Amino acid sequence: MPELIVYGIVLGSIIALGAIGLTLVYGILRFANFAHGDLMTAGAYVALFLVTGLFPWLGIPDTTFGSLSFGWRMAFAFPIAMACVAAASILFDRILYRPLRMKRSGSVILAISALGASFIIRMIVLILWGGDYHFYRPGVLRPAIELPLEIKIRPDQILILATVLCLVALLYLFLQRTKMGKAMRATADNMELARVSGIDTERVIIWTWGIGGALAAAGGILYGIDVQLHPGMGWHFLLPLFAATILGGIGNMYGALVGALIMGVAQQVSTAYLLPTYKPAVAFIVMILILLVRPQGIFGGGRA
Amino acid sequence: MEISGIIAYLVSLAIMAGIFAVFALGLNIQWGYTGLFNIGIAGFFCIGAYTSAMITTPMPTGLYAQYVHQIFGLNLPFIFGLLGAALVCGFIAYLIGYPTLQLREDYLAIATIGIAETFRLIFNNEHWLANGPRGLMGLPQPLQGLIEARHYNYIYLVVVLAIMVVIYLAIERVIRSPWGRVLRAIREDEVASAMTGKDIFRFKMQSLIFGSMIMGVGGALYAHYTKAISPDVFTPLYGTFIIWVMLMAGGSGNNKGAVLGAFVIWGIWIGTKFLTDLLPYTLKARAPYIRFLIIGILLEIILIYRPQGLMGEEKRISKMID
Repeated sequence: MPELIVYGIVLGSIIALGAIGLTLVYGILRFANFAHGDLMTAGAYVALFLVTGLFPWLGIPDTTFGSLSFGWRMAFAFPIAMACVAAASILFDRILYRPLRMKRSGSVILAISALGASFIIRMIVLILWGGDYHFYRPGVLRPAIELPLEIKIRPDQILILATVLCLVALLYLFLQRTKMGKAMRATADNMELARVSGIDTERVIIWTWGIGGALAAAGGILYGIDVQLHPGMGWHFLLPLFAATILGGIGNMYGALVGALIMGVAQQVSTAYLLPTYKPAVAFIVMILILLVRPQGIFGGGRA
Repeated sequence: MEISGIIAYLVSLAIMAGIFAVFALGLNIQWGYTGLFNIGIAGFFCIGAYTSAMITTPMPTGLYAQYVHQIFGLNLPFIFGLLGAALVCGFIAYLIGYPTLQLREDYLAIATIGIAETFRLIFNNEHWLANGPRGLMGLPQPLQGLIEARHYNYIYLVVVLAIMVVIYLAIERVIRSPWGRVLRAIREDEVASAMTGKDIFRFKMQSLIFGSMIMGVGGALYAHYTKAISPDVFTPLYGTFIIWVMLMAGGSGNNKGAVLGAFVIWGIWIGTKFLTDLLPYTLKARAPYIRFLIIGILLEIILIYRPQGLMGEEKRISKMID
């Protein structure tokens, strides 16, 4: 059981990267971005292309860092993939969501558009890579470190936790210290008020998509390192992402972080009693229970 | 291909389009008239199909029982399958609606995705329930024996179209009633309708249940057409997404539009198959993805350039005004 909880925290930290982006988009653009899970998939596959396609061709060596399962190739691919998905998210906004926003379409129309976008991303991944499972480094033995309480953890997983901590800390500094971060928080609070105070809300929206997309890509890649890549992975993340977002209160970044950790632990611990394939269903049941008991999320908010 | 082959092909196309039209009509009640955001149609599709399958097939016996497991098998006629599918789907809709209909609109959407995924997982993993991933086979078809087996599709086309027309007329009737006007009022302005004393939650719940029951019938019609069902059919793409595209293309809030959209989009979906058949052999395996990509892009184009769809909503619905 302690081991499952640790794995749950690892999974939860990956979910957190998606959920934080989702809650930012939700809070600022006011619609449910059903494509967010597939942004994670996109990030994972862009990194796959770099690690197994472009970088070997460029001659970047396939060495690994110590007992980790990856090396320089992934170290370069990680930020590049984040930037690519950030750019793609902004592009999607320009092409798909901005015209709808200009026409003042309802939030549900935007959500349907996002649903369409999620299928478009998944189909592109399927066309380019097919429906099989992929690994960044096939057939590598990844030795486990033994911790007390019979916890076995892989070096990769420790690095995943560290990476997520770094990214969340960076985002915290960005939101609290920079002008754009403050503008984002103001826009999330009240877009009309932000606009009349002279905040360029369209720029805020571009930054929101950029950050949301980059974090989602990071989450997808880390999941790919921890487990594997599959075109449906983003879709399976969608329920835990939304469950974490609702649990933390929509628009509340720190709530999403806590919600994601709870969701990760709940999903992993459930595997002690249920088949692992039921993980999305566990997230769903937990979410329904939250909606029944506390629809505004555990941290109040009250915008339910 | 000789002419009878072409006609047989068109008949099978029309059967599927008619079944999807039933789903689009169900979604039209929920989304088109009430503004309920259900993106778990695949769940009702799945539950409807399995319910009807288990009501109409006998319990496996003898050697067969070692290979096929299902929780019950009633061996009842087709019509009971349809009714059972509708009732079970209505009940599931109630269970989903209860925690979500009082909250903001996208919570229902998330909950419906959840229920669709959950049921697909359950049917896939619980072998005792309905034979796991292998699914159920040998479903009976209504009015068999009236005509030579190889021409049976003509009969089934009549069955599907008859049920579609009955549902169409039923919705047209209720949507023009005071009840239907309340639904549209809720869609346009919830607060205003609540202020005129309407119980918003109850009307939304009734709309959700009514629409889901129709989807259940659609699932049953599908199951008895293909005669074999397995959980992998009821994916979000095939079971939910394409139906949304159909309704948006035809025109939400218009029943004629829902039916038209189903036939047009199903036609395009089949038409793209002929296109991808021209692809080189190496790309053939990925042709379905290319076809779905086209459908996805089509949806985005509709949303941006023609949000009212082909037909748009009929503004005047009362016979009294003219």
